[in-house]
Order: sequence, then structure tokens, then C-alpha cells
Amino acid sequence: MTDFFGISLPALFGQLVLGLVNGSFYAILSLGLAVIFGMLNIINFTHGALYMMGAMFSWMLMAYVGIGYWWSLILAPLSVGLIGILIERLLLQWLYKLDHHYGLLLTFGLALILEGFFRHFFGVAGQPYAIPDELSGAISLGFMFLPKYRAWVIIASLTVCLATWYVIEKTRLGAYLRAATENPKLTQAFGINVPMMVLLTYGFGVGLAGLAGVLAAPATQVSPLMGSNLIITVFAVVVIGGMGSIFGSILTGLCLGLIEGLTKVFYPEASATVVFVIMAIVLLIRPAGLFGREK
Amino acid sequence: MKSYRSVQITYGVGLVLLLVAPAVIYPVLIMKVLCFALFACAFNLLLGYTGLLSFGHAAFLGSAAYLTGHALKVWELPVLLGILVGTGGATLLGWCVGSLAIRRQGIYFAMVTLALAQMVYFFFLQASFTGGEDGLQGVPRGTLFGLDLADDHNLYYLVVAIFVGAFWLIQRTIHSPFGQILKAIRENEPRAISLGYDVAKYKLLAFVLSAGLAGLAGATKTVVFKLATLTDAHWHTSGEVVLMTLLGGMGTVFGPVVGAMVIVGLQNELADKVGAMVTVIMGTIFVVCVLAFRRGLVGESIAFYRRIVGEKGR
Repeated sequence: MTDFFGISLPALFGQLVLGLVNGSFYAILSLGLAVIFGMLNIINFTHGALYMMGAMFSWMLMAYVGIGYWWSLILAPLSVGLIGILIERLLLQWLYKLDHHYGLLLTFGLALILEGFFRHFFGVAGQPYAIPDELSGAISLGFMFLPKYRAWVIIASLTVCLATWYVIEKTRLGAYLRAATENPKLTQAFGINVPMMVLLTYGFGVGLAGLAGVLAAPATQVSPLMGSNLIITVFAVVVIGGMGSIFGSILTGLCLGLIEGLTKVFYPEASATVVFVIMAIVLLIRPAGLFGREK
Repeated sequence: MKSYRSVQITYGVGLVLLLVAPAVIYPVLIMKVLCFALFACAFNLLLGYTGLLSFGHAAFLGSAAYLTGHALKVWELPVLLGILVGTGGATLLGWCVGSLAIRRQGIYFAMVTLALAQMVYFFFLQASFTGGEDGLQGVPRGTLFGLDLADDHNLYYLVVAIFVGAFWLIQRTIHSPFGQILKAIRENEPRAISLGYDVAKYKLLAFVLSAGLAGLAGATKTVVFKLATLTDAHWHTSGEVVLMTLLGGMGTVFGPVVGAMVIVGLQNELADKVGAMVTVIMGTIFVVCVLAFRRGLVGESIAFYRRIVGEKGR
């Protein structure tokens, strides 16, 4: 029993794992987008560029300073988060009273700037980033070989996603956050520093994107263009899931990664478009998204 | 009455300038500007007058470009019929994308159009008739009424005719009762619904019209450059048309034209001097426009003019 409709089982499981890896990135990124949208009412187009910066930073740390993967895992998301805080203070805070469209337009322009800078200095060719020694190699599971790094990416992403979910849904800080999302004025009246919460939310959401970038660095080629195509797929994920629920974002991201992996096995030509096709179907059947609670 | 006459004079001067311009400026550059100006005007019909931000208009430009290229090169249709095929195809695609996208509002609308346009892009990337990364090259321009369109000057007047015709159509649309309803939807959608208008139907019509006109721009562009490439359908192009409209002034008649002139001119000047930094400059213009310049060049000029003259004159 090594065949399944003419496809070898190890290949099938291999693609499923790869799908889960992609799904983890979708989950982290759409989670960040959802949290930011909840607080700032801005769709953060810069998310893809910041994900790219997370990966580029860890590559630069390795190439120029000799700092390895484990330290990058902390340093790169932190610096991306700090850049996010700068962006919020310098640019985004002037937009909150305006139409939603302007947030999208401004972050789009910002994404162009960041991507253009990195393209100018590093070119479009992908830079290799070695898998850390501890995580290279594969584990034999009997029916397939599971590369350790892929397993690590899935476990790390899921842990981060669930921790975020726990903080937002179960802690006091999360309760403030949810209150500020629901009604910022009233929350402020209760003595909670809402602008500070907004600032930290953006920094945190963007830091998640940076973390996804570091996790992606050894799994894919590190290139200035790696963010822009991904962010459009993540937008489709967000439309499918709806941004109302944290858990919904995580689940939708993982499922779509899996579906994409399956498509690669059975009908590779459609693997680039399957997420968009699903989005179209969801729009026809359930316009508000699977977990949406749009008015 | 006075402002009506000044608008007429502006149109007249613009038309005369258009007709004599090829004597001074390289005609292909002006044709490029005209194609993008038409693209931006079509986009403005949607963003400026209906309040819908489509982030996927490159799909219509690109699909019309490929269809027209295919029709002229492979089917060897006459040039006008080729443009018609491209425009028709984009209109049809606009109907499909539009009917899906109007199911969501506001920011989701932008994301849905962006995602669907990306799907169209991947389709063109994989389809065999588009020539993949190389694009569709060597599209023949053909002849029209016995004139050889391979001559840039002959083609120029065809492009001017297409642009003026489409611009006139957009003006008629904006000032028609249909255009007034679109503005009502932009200003206050719930109120438009409560007045009994089938808002979804009007939005879809505006979307289809905008997509069709964007397609016309793409089809014409293929004829001008004898080329249809993936760039036409890429999300960068969708962003560019947003930028042109924003920079020129959304919801103004001439804004998109001015925006297209500035952006195409800038790209033309900078392309071989700064390389990838062009993207950085475009992004910076975006950020500056959103932060400080939301009415755009034309919108700010009108506001300035009204401030010094209009208040007293009225």
C-alpha cells in the first residue's frame, strides 16, 4: 500500500507537510493582519514587505555579522517590530479618522518603498540561508521521511499562533485589547491608554510577520520579492476566513495550505490559483467569509 | 454659465494641443500617456465617482492586451476588430470579477479584486498562447482606411480618436442620471438603498463599464507597442493606476489624465537612471499623496482657485 490513486504515499505526505508549512505562514500572517485590522482599521499591505524584511535581516545577520539562526529568531522580529512602531508613529497615526481606503493606499506605497530599497541593494536573485545544524536532516516515520526543519516550522508557528490566541482571548491585556477593538472611546474613558495599545498591536502584528520571515528563510530562497506574492495569497485567505475570529484565521490559513499541497499532488497546474478559486466559491456561497461577522 | 464656458475652452485647447503635439514630442510617448490616461480615467469612474477601490484593474488591461494581440497576430483580424475583441473580453471578465467583488464592501472589495486579478495573472503566466515571460511579440498594426498604421503618425490619430471618444463617453456617464446615482452610492450607500435604487446593479454596471474602458486602453496599448506582456496584468500595474488617479485627483475630470502624464513622464525619465529606485519613488509619491495631498494635483488646484477667486465671485 504505497500508492494512492497512482500517487506514491511518501510523495503525497511530503506535499502535505509542505502544504502545512505554507499554511503555517498563511496562519501567522493572516493572524497579524486580523489583529491589526481589528485595532487600527487598516489593512496592512506592508505585511508582505515586513515578512521579507524578517528573512532579509536574518540573512544579513548571518552574512555580515555572523549571528546565527537562533539569535535571529529573536533579533529579526524585534527589529521588524520596532520598524513597525516607527511606521505607526510617523505615518499611520494620521489616518485613523480617514476613509479605510487611505490606510491600504499608504501601506501599499510603503511596501513599494521597502521592496524597492531591498531590490536596489540586493538584486532580485534569491540568497541561500542554511538550515541550522540542530534541525538539518530528517526523521524516518516509517511511511515517509519528515525533514526536521519543516516539522520545526509547523510546531513553532502553531505555538506562536496559539499563544497569541490565548493572550487575546484569555488574559487581562487581551480583554483590554478586545474592548479597545469594540469601542475605543469607551475603553479610553475607563482609563486605558488606547493609543499605546494601538501602537503595541501594530508593533506586535508586524513582529509576527518578521518572525514568519525568519522561519521561512531556511525553507525558501531569501529574496526581496518573496513578500509581495505571498501577501496577495494571504489577502485571499483573509477574505475566505473573515477577520472576525482569531481562531478562524489560524484554521483557515492551515487548511488552505493543506489544500494547496494536495492540489500540487493531484493537479499541479492549478496549485498557484486554487486559493483564489476557493475564495471565489466562498464569496458565492457565504459572502461574509467562513468565520466572518460582517454586518 | 461662466464655468461651463471655461470647461469648453479647456476641452478645445486640450484637443488642439493633442493634434499638434506629435510635431514636438515623440508620438509613441504621447500614445503611451493617452493609453494610461484612458486607463486611469476608467479607473477613476469607479474610485472617484462610485467610491469603489479596485486593486485589480491590471487584469482588464492585461487580458485585453493579450486578446487583442492574439486576434491581430494569430487570427489576423483587422485592427479595429482586434481592439473590439480585446475590449469585449475585458468587459466580460469585468462582469465576472465585478459580480463576485460587489458581494463584499469597503476594504474587502479591494482585497477581492486584487486576489482575482492575481488569479488572472497566474492564468496568463501558465497559458501557452501568452508566450509566458517573453510576452506576445511582433503584433502587426495593420492598416485602416488604406493608411499604413506602422507609421507612428498615422496610428497617433487613431489613438487620439479612441481616447477622445472614450473620454467623451466617461463625461457623458458622469453627468447622466446614472452618474448621479453612482455619486449618491459613493456618498451614502444606505441612503441610496432606502431611496429604492438597486445599488448592487448600479455598482456592477459601473464596474463593467470601467473594466471595459480599461480593456480598451489595454487593447490600444498592444497596437501601439506591438506587444503584450505579463507586466500589463501584474499587480504593480494595478497599483500604478491607483497612483495616477490619486496623484492627479480622484473624482476630478482631468485628474487621472494629469496623473498619467506625470507618472508615465517620470518613469520615462528615470527608468534607465535609477533602476529599482523607481519603485521607491513611486511608493514615496503614494505616501506623500495620502498624508498631505489627498485631493491630488487637479483637486488641490481647484480648491486653491476657489479659495482666492470663487468665494468672492459667487
